[in-house]
Amino acid sequence: MARMKFLCDAERCIECNGCVTACKNENEVPWGVNRRRVVTINDGVVGAEKSISVACMHCSDAPCMAVCPVDCFYKTDDGVVLHDKDLCIGCGYCFYACPFGAPQFPQAGAFGLRGKMDKCTFCAGGPEADRSEAEFKKYGRNRLSEGKLPACAEMCSTKALLGGDGDVIADIYRERVLRRGKGSEVWGWGTAYGPGKPGAQPPVQPPAPPAGTRS
Amino acid sequence: MRWLLVAIAAIAIAGLVGCGEREQIAEGKRSYQGKHDSKPWDNEPLSYGSGKWTKGDRPSWEEQIKTRQLGQHEHKRIYQ
Repeated sequence: MARMKFLCDAERCIECNGCVTACKNENEVPWGVNRRRVVTINDGVVGAEKSISVACMHCSDAPCMAVCPVDCFYKTDDGVVLHDKDLCIGCGYCFYACPFGAPQFPQAGAFGLRGKMDKCTFCAGGPEADRSEAEFKKYGRNRLSEGKLPACAEMCSTKALLGGDGDVIADIYRERVLRRGKGSEVWGWGTAYGPGKPGAQPPVQPPAPPAGTRS
Repeated sequence: MRWLLVAIAAIAIAGLVGCGEREQIAEGKRSYQGKHDSKPWDNEPLSYGSGKWTKGDRPSWEEQIKTRQLGQHEHKRIYQ
């Protein structure tokens, strides 16, 4: 059983925003809605800046699904979290629940008028007939039904953004990291997110209390 | 001896249950109230650029997607 995930290699992302543009273009996402965006970590810190591309992570136990008052979310057989826009009431609970800020709301007009939620669909469309005009208008392109992967991952010039079955893309990333030849520190906090400040060390875990004691 | 066999069988069953996986079907823990969605493998491949699979055959669609995924692996795509 496939479980579709995204994985962004911070060592490779060059902040070109090609993934953002590909998503916008492929799904004709309206102005003001960003299904995908590039985030800079350690912004302004010389030598420590890293960029990663963020969208819906299609969580295995998605908090948006848990808080939705109208139960408009569902998960496909491939682990893609989707929702029914005809049922969505645009309450914004999912936005507050999501740790990645993935749910987006089109704002049409003044006074903070909020439309129905829109988010990354892993280019899997939604609950309309596959490849239909209705599906495209509401959810964007259904590339999975065309045997393709999300446009953002396939357009990534440095292949920093990988998309697909978690097992497969984890294998790709693992082999890539091993070929970089850095050694054991390659899995550490510093390599993943950068040291933060020059000379800074990764956070130290407190020693485990001896057995039989309670903290 | 018999109680030992029963205990081993119980542990083995518990282990198998522990290694199980929750189904990722459309109807999850909470009941989805929206419209039914079709499966991606229930579509014909495009005439150009979408690879090949048999309509309705999930394994062949998954094989096509896996081929596409490995296209992201430049070490395999370029050097092999």
